[in-house]
Amino acid sequence: MGYRVIDSTFSAGHYYFSGNEAVAEGAIAAGCRYYAGYPITPSSEIMERISVRFKDVHGVFMQMEDELASICSVIGAVWAGAKAMTATSGPGFSLMQEAIGYAALTETPLVIADIQRAGPGTGQATKVASGDLMQAKWGSHGDYYIIALSPWSVQEMYDQVIDAFNLAEQYRAPVFIMGEEAIGHLRERIEVKAKVRVFDRIKKKGAPPFGTNQDDGIPPMPSFGEGEKLLVTGSTHNEIGIRKTDDPEVHSRLVSRINKKILNNRESIIQTGSYHLEDAEVIVVSYGFTARSALFAIEQLRKEGKRVGLLRLKTIWPFADEIIHDIGQKAKKIFVPEMNRGQIAGEIMKYATCEVIPYNQTNGEIIHPHQIIKEVRSIL
Amino acid sequence: MARELEEYLRPGIDSTPFCPGCGHGILMNLILRAIDGLKISMDEMLFVSGIGCAAWIPSPNFNADTLHTLHGRAIAFATGAKMFNPQLNVMVISGDGDLTSIGGNHLIHTARRNIDLTVICANNMIYGMTGGQVASTSPLGALTSTTMDGNSYRPFDLCKLVLGAGASYVARYSVTQPLALVGAIKKSLGIHGFTFIEALSPCPTQFGRRNRYDSPADMLKNLMERCISREEADNFSDDELKDKIVTGEFTNE
Repeated sequence: MGYRVIDSTFSAGHYYFSGNEAVAEGAIAAGCRYYAGYPITPSSEIMERISVRFKDVHGVFMQMEDELASICSVIGAVWAGAKAMTATSGPGFSLMQEAIGYAALTETPLVIADIQRAGPGTGQATKVASGDLMQAKWGSHGDYYIIALSPWSVQEMYDQVIDAFNLAEQYRAPVFIMGEEAIGHLRERIEVKAKVRVFDRIKKKGAPPFGTNQDDGIPPMPSFGEGEKLLVTGSTHNEIGIRKTDDPEVHSRLVSRINKKILNNRESIIQTGSYHLEDAEVIVVSYGFTARSALFAIEQLRKEGKRVGLLRLKTIWPFADEIIHDIGQKAKKIFVPEMNRGQIAGEIMKYATCEVIPYNQTNGEIIHPHQIIKEVRSIL
Repeated sequence: MARELEEYLRPGIDSTPFCPGCGHGILMNLILRAIDGLKISMDEMLFVSGIGCAAWIPSPNFNADTLHTLHGRAIAFATGAKMFNPQLNVMVISGDGDLTSIGGNHLIHTARRNIDLTVICANNMIYGMTGGQVASTSPLGALTSTTMDGNSYRPFDLCKLVLGAGASYVARYSVTQPLALVGAIKKSLGIHGFTFIEALSPCPTQFGRRNRYDSPADMLKNLMERCISREEADNFSDDELKDKIVTGEFTNE
């Protein structure tokens, strides 16, 4: 129970993978043994690889009739004891939202890889965007909290999927890999290590599965078939799962706990990368594929003697509010390039005291380094 | 509920949530009677339900693992649990609106895959919990809170639908045919594959009040008069069959 180190299912060494293939391999390494999905561009290669590789590891793969069935069967499998995931893109992610709220309220650990494409609507299925970040946070109705990670390389697609399963199991919450089409289809050399650190579900026979007096707010999680006579419901419930649909105190306590168990632990969840921040007057805050261009851009500007830096958000939710506040006190300006209409720039404005300058591109193309160099030069 | 079946109820449960005259209490009794008859341990059972009155038959009443899910998605949740842990004996119990309207796609696809689930559809021909709106199973002409002039659309024949989709075993009985219904549930639990039982269950509160049934007993009497066996149906003309409900077992053989 808890963290342990196991042998990787894949031989250690270097591999040349696409981002989507790396998601499949990372999931298997993390112990994922149930996958249900529905085809959608640009994420389908994850499902295709899982369907082949699960034969080697005795996993259960189901191609379902739609995204609703995919996410719901994942939740069913998780309560039957599985580590489970699905992958999708914008339209499918929209269809999954109701069940994501169900997973949050029933504290069901699961992983969804959302390989983002240009929306809204059907949009441009083969083109890149980062337009689903607010949907990841608030897509389902009601107040809940989830964890969302933002990989910038094929290596990180592999590593973050393992992190995602561990965080999901540790915090009993849905965890999202907010990949983007450009990384899903990018091919890079990655390193697979011989050992993997995985978190196994905490079990405690007879303990209430939906309430705890522990400070971390995370109850142990039993599975079906263990004689616990479980009551799992998406209605408001007390600590043993009995429906309490008109008790204000029970609802308040439950909703508060499923939010706080993530927010109160955000310092240990949030991961960032810092580049040349010490003396930077302008700091670029970036994530996902765009952070690759941002790093190239600030390295170029540094060669010219410009005092610029980069803060890379590896974790989108929970948001790095305190870190943003700190850098905002030191820098004169924060520049935020995004492949959306300013979803994260708006968050940064909440916490930064300095000027925040959004740079938004929603044309289905990546933001190139030369664009960032030009814009940052103009505000230096 | 018969006293000898109380051991199957979760400790602390002392009443059902159903309206007076609702057929779901009878159905709850009959499901447990089938499990008792087969001596199946509740430790190996998983009951999955959706949203609506019938979804409250197992949750929280049955003393077993229960999964009370989203509206329409019970069969999809059940598929995940069964496929990952085939040792679980998985029974889905939910209503007609839940399983066949909002959840209709999962119903036909899971029948097509012949996943080893027992699905019991408590069919009261109306949306009971939300106030009596027309359902995909409401008879032509039925008065509901959204068809005050009578329902204009034909209902599904659920047994034909599920059989056509590829189920291993399909049966239809009313709660007024308790022995036949228990027999069908027992049979379905013994079949490895997708099995579907349409259990007709009266809703006096939402359907009866609007459709000229003076009492719950009238609804039960009406079901008893209208339900005929497949053998009896062979001797009826199409016109005579219009008002009848054909009950029995349906297979692809």
